[in-house]
Amino acid sequence: MIPIVYYLALAVILFFLGVLGVLLRKNAIVVFMSLELMFNAANLVIITFTNHFKLLDGQALVIFIMTTAAAEVAIGLALMVMIFRVKGSVDIDQMNKLKG
Amino acid sequence: MSASLVVFLILAVLAVAAAIAMLLSDNTIYSALFLIMNFVAIAVIYLTLGAPFVALAQITVYAGAIMVLFLFVIMMLGAEKFGEKEPLKWQRPVAIVLGIGLIGEGVYALLSRVGTQMLSNPATEALADPKALGMLLYGKYTLPFEITSIILLAAAIGAVVLTRGGKREVKQ
Repeated sequence: MIPIVYYLALAVILFFLGVLGVLLRKNAIVVFMSLELMFNAANLVIITFTNHFKLLDGQALVIFIMTTAAAEVAIGLALMVMIFRVKGSVDIDQMNKLKG
Repeated sequence: MSASLVVFLILAVLAVAAAIAMLLSDNTIYSALFLIMNFVAIAVIYLTLGAPFVALAQITVYAGAIMVLFLFVIMMLGAEKFGEKEPLKWQRPVAIVLGIGLIGEGVYALLSRVGTQMLSNPATEALADPKALGMLLYGKYTLPFEITSIILLAAAIGAVVLTRGGKREVKQ
């Protein structure tokens, strides 16, 4: 079978592409999608090791991570809608009310 | 080159290409659709790793529910395109260089430290059994399961309270 390091390398690449998305994009919704990409990379690592060590516990952990991510997205998008109502935009550069 | 390696390479290229396209596309809707493509590719990788329940949960929860929520919000707020005015001009090239450097460093560290001796197992039936996973979720992990249900409830209530509208944002 395939060496697990290939799966881990794919997860690393996806995770850092998510980091790049957070650093580069100005649209807060795309930044959120990049966060989902990073969650996904973490899940891929867990599933890879679940497979390697033949333990089912990792799959249960991934289910919990998915539900938590769903909760996070619900709250985050509600915040986006709220920010859009107040500011009329979800441009990250305009969210500077807290700047001292 | 074995068949499973070919399958993995195709899926990996698909996932990475979809992620890059998500980062580069100007239209937010296209970004969301590329992310769905990435999620489906990862779900098929889960299938090849012997986790069919997680793969299908990935497709229904991530590619289904979460991305539909994203698309809903994008369409409600309008598919936004921002101008190219950048307050910090130097930030973008520096971010690209540092991000690609991080990718190279991470992959190098993995390949040099982990090595290629550890192999993945074929997707056997014992590993893939959804019944065993259910017994685990409702047996050993009952308490975390209940806690996630409370987290979900709190998130649902929080989303409703945050977007309630009415008098609160008139004050702003």
